[in-house]
Amino acid sequence: MKCGLEIHQQLATKKLFCDCESRLSEEIRGTVMRILRPTQSEMGEIDRAALEESMKNRRFIYEITDNSCLVELDEEPPHELNREALDVAIQVALMLHAKVVDEIHVMRKIVIDGSNTSGFQRTALVAVDGYLDTSFGRVRIPTICLEEEAARKIEERDGYVVYRLDRLGIPLIEISTAPDMKSGEEVKEVAEKIGAILRATKRVRRGVGTIRQDINVSTGQGRVEIKGASKLNMIPKWVENERKRQEMLKEIAEILRERKAEVDSEIYDLTDVFEKTESRIISRAIKRGAKVLGIRLIGFAGVLKSEKYKLGRELAERVRVIGVKGLFHGDELPSYGITPEEVARVRERMNLGNEDSFVIIAEREDLARMALQKVADRARLALVGVPDETRAPQDDGTTRYLRPLPGAARMYPETDIPPIRISDAYVREVEKRLPKMPEERIRDLVNLGISRQDALQIVRDGMDDVFEDIVKKYGYPTIVARAMINGCDDIDYEPIFRALSEGKFAKEAVDDIVLRVCNGESLEDVIRSYESTVDVDAVIERIVMEKREFIMERGEGAFKPLMGLVMKELRGKVDGKVVSEKLRNKIKEVLKR
Amino acid sequence: MCDCREGDYVEVVTEKGTFRGVLLPKSKFGDPEIVVIKLDNGYNVGLIPKEMRLIKRAERRESRRDVNLERKESLPDISIIGTGGTIASYVDYRTGAVHPAMSAEDFIFAVPEIAEEANIRAKVLFNILSEDMKPEYWIRLAREVKREIEEVDGIVIPHGTDTMSYTASALAFMFPKLSAPVVFVGSQRSSDRPSSDAYINLMSAVKVAKTDMGEVVVVMHASSSDDLCYIHRATRVRKMHTSRRDAFKTLNSSPIGEVSNVVKFYGDYRKRDEETLLMDKMDEKVVLVYYYPGMTADLMESMLDGMHGAVIMGTGLGHVSSDMVPLLRERIRDGVLIGMTSQCLYGRVNLNVYSTGRELKHAGVIPLEDMLPEVAYVKMMWLLGNYDLEKARELMMKNLRGEIEERRFLQ
Repeated sequence: MKCGLEIHQQLATKKLFCDCESRLSEEIRGTVMRILRPTQSEMGEIDRAALEESMKNRRFIYEITDNSCLVELDEEPPHELNREALDVAIQVALMLHAKVVDEIHVMRKIVIDGSNTSGFQRTALVAVDGYLDTSFGRVRIPTICLEEEAARKIEERDGYVVYRLDRLGIPLIEISTAPDMKSGEEVKEVAEKIGAILRATKRVRRGVGTIRQDINVSTGQGRVEIKGASKLNMIPKWVENERKRQEMLKEIAEILRERKAEVDSEIYDLTDVFEKTESRIISRAIKRGAKVLGIRLIGFAGVLKSEKYKLGRELAERVRVIGVKGLFHGDELPSYGITPEEVARVRERMNLGNEDSFVIIAEREDLARMALQKVADRARLALVGVPDETRAPQDDGTTRYLRPLPGAARMYPETDIPPIRISDAYVREVEKRLPKMPEERIRDLVNLGISRQDALQIVRDGMDDVFEDIVKKYGYPTIVARAMINGCDDIDYEPIFRALSEGKFAKEAVDDIVLRVCNGESLEDVIRSYESTVDVDAVIERIVMEKREFIMERGEGAFKPLMGLVMKELRGKVDGKVVSEKLRNKIKEVLKR
Repeated sequence: MCDCREGDYVEVVTEKGTFRGVLLPKSKFGDPEIVVIKLDNGYNVGLIPKEMRLIKRAERRESRRDVNLERKESLPDISIIGTGGTIASYVDYRTGAVHPAMSAEDFIFAVPEIAEEANIRAKVLFNILSEDMKPEYWIRLAREVKREIEEVDGIVIPHGTDTMSYTASALAFMFPKLSAPVVFVGSQRSSDRPSSDAYINLMSAVKVAKTDMGEVVVVMHASSSDDLCYIHRATRVRKMHTSRRDAFKTLNSSPIGEVSNVVKFYGDYRKRDEETLLMDKMDEKVVLVYYYPGMTADLMESMLDGMHGAVIMGTGLGHVSSDMVPLLRERIRDGVLIGMTSQCLYGRVNLNVYSTGRELKHAGVIPLEDMLPEVAYVKMMWLLGNYDLEKARELMMKNLRGEIEERRFLQ
């Protein structure tokens, strides 16, 4: 088995070709309706796939948001490529040991499903020939690209699709590996490591949907892309199940070849067979005016559904994408209320032998015919083995058929954006300020006095710089770590630990403060509420004054007993370290006088 | 280096590794050291070559298309006269920019549906950028229209959008009588992209060319959406946005109609005449002057030097600084025709309201009502080319082709 990985990561800069914010939005300011048509490439070729897509004559509705301008609407030429995004892409390229090309050319990749208002996605090859070392060995990274994110699909209806422009134009880094991985565990490690490198730049977007992984799996025949495999822990399962599925399909192909199996194009009308059927699904369908149509699968008995083989499921997936809920095939019948007699009559009508099977569909006639065509197409592919497909990962570890794998990218130059010369001097400059690799950062944090586990978490959350800054200023590494790990996004931790170091409250209060701020209270108010409950200086002042004679008597030796007295009043309210320092100073003051 | 030509499959050795791909033309403005190739994965990259080897010579490609159209008796005949511009544009290898390049058949190839609307005959009269247009070309175009119109039922003229309204209004004046519609059409997104507005604009233009109208019009997107085009009267339309699809607006009036699946006229429009009359002379000694604060009388004087006419885009209701009045009075006395429009574009000039206006009027400056400055400029050229000074002066203030309207409304 060979696996490859393609990772798309959104960047936290402005959009790639305009000055809009890179974020999602719920604020809709209006809509426009557009259509798209295919064009010719610079080599004078006409793109057939694009042409076919356009023949659907679909209309696209675009929702204009507060973070989209005329550029996203394709009403204004793109501005120059965002330099900060390019800078991040080059950083990532260098961290992956890739070589940055001398001149970057922005291309138009034809995409006329409407997800780009222009009918193409702008993309540029930034670097080539990188690699990543893993515990399984080296994985090559042939290309690193910088491209624009597509519009967000909101809904799809008959004849039109609604997209929102908030996401269109957000910069994406696309990292593609060679098919060098041999197991799901390895794919998971590579995805994890590349994710960590991306986050180390501190300039990537975070949250659901901001990073997407596509996994390519091939077992020597056909190529399958598992699109949007975003849960890292599930990757080994998805890959393993896909490997099994492909092995199964290859075995089935061998059986079918041996049997000289074939797929008959003729469609049989079997409605009369089921006129008095007890099958609720079929009888209801017939009442709605549906027909029961079937095709013959010569030599397919036993591979559609058995302990080992499940080709029926593959057939069913193909009809589901055109909106047909399901089909019945020979291996699963009689069942679902369909009687042995009915099955026998079907077999008789279609003149089927023991090794032969069939598929029947109860649907509106045109839809049923279209669906059976899909079944026949898929069954014919089964004679060969593993078809090229794009599949969607499911939560149960399996995958589901989405569409055929798209052909090679169709690209021509984006003439509105001049090529960008990348000088060696610039690359060297970026090299000098590369962020530390995640492993190194984890070591840094461990050296500041926290566990590896906590360090890993903080680096993964991108909080390492803030953590380091606070701990170097105020100390309390384990408390800072716990606060950050338990805390929520967007808390400013610095003032909390500044106040702690000033003795405004005890260490024990930090958890409570973080919790309250996460629940929406203002940080300032929460800190103030602790401040007002205790005045450390006043308590120390009072006790020192009361025990003045004792201090004169014992000198600095008075510290320990007095500390006990002070802490009796302040325990749990103020950090002891702070109290001891203040008390020591106060005693010195008294002695001096 | 090898004797490698554009289109050849080459291998480029660089410090960063060895690359293979199709050799592309060098960019005209780029780093001369850089070689651009299209890699097998479709991406173009620029590289500094240490060595370059030829792998495979470019194959000569067959001509891209054959357009073979059978004439259908039931359909009207429409003539497309190409002039260049974005609606008929292509990627230029040398500059990497979009340039007009499609042949006439490309229109049909690009929009096959127009063949269902009409029998199309097409030719490219010239292939120039909109900004390179000049009166001499307007005349050539008008003569071509005159020739074609005798044989067809309508004329469609794809034109670059930058100066389309100038050319359209020039033709509007040059044809006092028209036996068929003359429809100008352009696009704001070049036809080399899937989102081009060229398709809908061209389809709509062909539909308008089939109507019983006898006017010169401009057909372009009505809004940012791909569902409707407006029919603008040539003497009323102006490009009002650098890049939007709906850049063309009818000013001081309403479009005369719209095109969705069908053509709908909103109100009155001129019907086809029995015959077509062409008056194709243009006096190019006319200047269009944009007045601005700080412009000196000396500068105005040099701009008027040797001119037979001038259209001034004044401020507000139609003013220039009062110290220019003596100069203008003198020039008018010498026989120069001087008209006043407003840089406000919207609204009518009026030289009676303020003293400078009254002085300008007294000096003989013609208030040009609500005429667009560019239209007034073209109209003056045409009048001075075909009439004597007195007649030209009289007609300048008279509505000839819908360029002046008596009433304006709150929309």
